[in-house]
Parts: sequence; C-alpha cells; structure tokens
Amino acid sequence: MVMMMLKGNEATAYAAKVAKVQVIPAYPITPSTLFPEKVSELISNGEMKAEFIPVESEHSALSAAIGAAATGARTMTATASQGLALMHEVLFIASGMRLPIVMAIGNRALSAPVNIWAEQQDTIAQRDSGWLQFYAENNQEALDLSLIAFRVAEDKRVLLPAMMGMDAFVLTHTMEPVDVPDESLVEKYLGPPEQKYPTLNPSQPSTFGAFVFPEHYMEFRYSQFVAMEHSKKVIDEAFEEFKNIFGREYRKVSGFMNEDADILLISMGSMTGTAREAIRKLREKGEKVGLIKLSVFRPFPKEELVEITKNARIVAVVDRNISIGFAGAIFTELVASYNNIEKKPKILNFILGLGGRDIRVEDYIEIYNRAKEAENRGVKEIQWINVDEDAVYEVEGPL
Amino acid sequence: MFEIRFHGRGGQGAVTAANILATAAFYEGNDVQSFPFFGVERRGAPVEAYTRIDNKKIDIKMYIYNPDAVVVLDTSLMKDLDVTRGLKKGGYLILNTQKKPSDFNYKDFKVAVVDATEVAVEFGLGSKSSPIVNTAILGAYSKAVGNVKIDSISKAIRDSAPAKAEENANAAYESYKRTVLGW
Repeated sequence: MVMMMLKGNEATAYAAKVAKVQVIPAYPITPSTLFPEKVSELISNGEMKAEFIPVESEHSALSAAIGAAATGARTMTATASQGLALMHEVLFIASGMRLPIVMAIGNRALSAPVNIWAEQQDTIAQRDSGWLQFYAENNQEALDLSLIAFRVAEDKRVLLPAMMGMDAFVLTHTMEPVDVPDESLVEKYLGPPEQKYPTLNPSQPSTFGAFVFPEHYMEFRYSQFVAMEHSKKVIDEAFEEFKNIFGREYRKVSGFMNEDADILLISMGSMTGTAREAIRKLREKGEKVGLIKLSVFRPFPKEELVEITKNARIVAVVDRNISIGFAGAIFTELVASYNNIEKKPKILNFILGLGGRDIRVEDYIEIYNRAKEAENRGVKEIQWINVDEDAVYEVEGPL
Repeated sequence: MFEIRFHGRGGQGAVTAANILATAAFYEGNDVQSFPFFGVERRGAPVEAYTRIDNKKIDIKMYIYNPDAVVVLDTSLMKDLDVTRGLKKGGYLILNTQKKPSDFNYKDFKVAVVDATEVAVEFGLGSKSSPIVNTAILGAYSKAVGNVKIDSISKAIRDSAPAKAEENANAAYESYKRTVLGW
C-alpha cells in the first residue's frame, strides 16, 4: 500500500490502475474530467497498461465499453449528470447483456437550469437501469467501492454492471490522503482480469443482445431481477473479503450512535461525515439521535434498513435528490420496505443540498429539530431544507 | 481542526497552494483536506481554495465559513473583496505585499506580510508580468502560523511540482526568512 494525496476522480483512476482495467472508453464531462485525464496520464507514462478509447460522446463511451466487456476485457468508464443521461438507453443494454462494466460517477445536478454541482439525481434517475449502485462518503471509499464494484459485478451469480457515485466537487475535486492498495493484493481480491463469463469469441460464435420475442423476453428480465437479488449476498461476501485483505470495513447499511436512538437520520454520500459531526454535537446535549449510512442503493438493502430502523420512533431520511411528483428516492424506498410490517417508525423526508447547495452541520441540526417536532404533532411529510420557500410561493403560489 | 482559506487570481496557483499545504500537513501525521471553491476557474478572475488540517480524522465535508487563517496571494483583490470574511478573531492574515503589517488596519487579526511576488520573480517562477507566487507565500504561512514546518512544505513542493521543483522549494525558504510578523 502507499498513501497518496488524491482527488476523488484520481482515486477512481487509481482503482482502475490497481484493478488492471484493460479498456477505458471515456468522454470528459465536469466534474468527472479528471478521471480520463488521470488514466491517460498513467497509461502514457507507462504506469498502467490499458487501452484508452477517446470517443465522441457518452453514448459512444458506454457503447464502446459494452463492446470491450463483451470480449471479456475488464472495462471501466466515468461520467456525470448530462453524460449519464445521454447514456440512458445504453445503460439498459449493458445490464441486459449482463456485462460487468464499472462506471465512476461524479454525482451532479441535471439541467435546466445548467448546474455542475453536487446532487445525486443523475444516478438516482437511473435506478431502474439494472445497474448496481454504490455511493462513497470520501475518496478512500471511492477507490475501495470501485474495487468492490468489480468484484460483485464480475461474480458469476451477479454479472451486472455497477455505478460508483461520488458527489461532484465535494469528492471529485477534493484532495485527501488515500491508501492505494498493492496490485498484487487487488489481484488476490478480484482475480486476474480474465474471461469469467460467456464472451464474444470467434472460435465459439455467439450472439449478444439479440432480438427476443415475447415468449422469452420476460425470462431475460426476470434473470436480471434474480441476479440483482443474489447480489445482496455477494456484496456482503465482497465486503467481508475486502476487510480480510485490506482491513477496511464496509456495510450496505451502517449505524452510528444508533443503538438507543429515538430519532435516526439516514444519509448517503459525501454529506454523511457532516451528519456524524451533527450527531456528536446533539449527543453532547443529551439528544438521543443516531445516524444510518447507506453505501448501496441498488440493490436496495431493505432488510438491513428495516432491521436497523425499526426500533426508532422517528426516521428522518435525507435525500439529495427529488422525484418531482412524489418524494426523495431513499424515503420512497424505505417506506416501501416497511410494506406488510405492522410496527414501523414515523418516516419523514428532508430534501437538501440540490445543485451543490452546501450541506452544513447546522442543516442536520435543523433536520433533527424538525423531526423532533413530529413526536408531538403532525408535520409535513416532505420538507425542503435551506430553501427560500417564500420566493418560490411568490411565483408558483403557496403550497 | 485548523482551517485555511486562500485568495488569489486564476493562474497564480492558489488551488495548488492549498493542495501543497495539505500535503505538507499530511506528512506531519495530520488528516487533511484541500479543495477549490467549487466551480469554474478563469485566468485572472478571483479564486478561492481551502485547506483543513486536524490531528484526528476529519469527518465534515462542507465549505469553510470561519477560517483560522487567510492567505492572500494578490492584495489587489482586497479593493473589492473582504478577504477577512468570517476570519476568526485572533486569526492569521498572510498577505503578499510590499507594505508593512502596520500599514493595515486590522485590530482583530494577526497580520504577516512578505513580498512573495519579488521572491517568485527572483527564482524565475512564472513570468515577470505574471509571477507564480503560490510556493513563496507558503513560506510566509509557515513562518506566521507555525503549525506546518517549512521543511514539510519544501518536501511537499519538491514531491508535487511538475517543473522547477528546486526553485519553488527555495522560494518558500526565502520568503519564510523575509516574512514580517505584525505581532
């Protein structure tokens, strides 16, 4: 291992290096551009052996990745926001063809209005695309979860592509010390980049992504559904093996000061550490509050989330995304996870940090205070934090 | 936790200064973060960059609102910009200027000055018309604040400079010597 000072994009580039990724088709977009820059640099100065394919769009980047992965090459790319949106139709092709591509995402808001800053809407909007989704809290996690993503994606019981999300700028452009593991250890963890699954092979011709009639299509889709369900166990195994080899522990769902908490906050991504700081401050004042961190959104870890939240009185779900017309994604899926369970906490949704609005310790304290109000009286189920509601009501009329 | 904000103009190297300071503090066993003001950078336009240093793990990921020190690479910014915005009482204000600390009327802050532009030009960093002062000003930071040693800063410069590593490291040492403390 070697400790390096790395930005989030560089950490994922080093993940590609130590994972011995063989093909990297990429098209630059803010805030992901540093990824293609860094891997190009590593390849050109001889530190990394991989084919870098500069393409003309994100649609082509993922299409080229599909071609590469279909030959059995370990394949990685990176994008963000509009770039991921442009890939939309190709995402389904990658997962439908069961190709274990890993993609690092600089989580960024979508236009319009144009905005290049942190928000998880871009990946959340792709939650139905059949890709696994991991979310990093810091740059070490961005590197580690990229490796874990390969391990899970390439597992024969899964064979699905994976996204690894890290918030724009807050991680992609922030420099932190990162432990870059030895390639030999990573090879032990991932196995060599060899053909582990059926691939295009001239000596054994086969067809991928072919035309399928109604009598067979559903079985392909059900296969994906089953594989994603199986990935839950595979992810746990991958986390366990990662801890054994590299010493760092990951869970789909992890708790902080949650054991005796009356009120639990749920957070995913770069703002989780800020939330922990808020929890510490509130605990110092004697408040019984805890934090649940979500590192995996697809598959949605509903069993673990229900288990860890069921004894709380109130669960405040923090979403850095919003499905206009309903609610934040984590909230929606947590509520659905409690389907057919009688005893459930009161679940509230707080929307914050869209388009890079800074998420501060005091925002979490505000969330806690509002959640606490719900103990004694009815409060709005979905609340937006740190937003100028009056300015909006003036134009749109009050809510 | 110790938080630093850098003010400069695009092209002067404020973001690199924040990164080098973080790297140097990391060499001394601290946890660190450095980041630019999130957005787009244009040559000549005002730029901010930030460094966080702590002897325990840094959890928070938010902007720095109340820095312990502010480093100004280009004092022409001070005409239109309150560089002391949010600076803690008793905090450090490190300025690249030919003036003396007493020429500045800040009662609440510790003012340190160095002519980093002159040092940068002497060591051939950048051009005469647009010298790159980021490494020189870090020497002043080390002298004024003292929580990151000049040797660590010099090592961080040598390890990360794409060119003129020696000149950049020496510029930091030179401005360390020339820094005038106003307290």
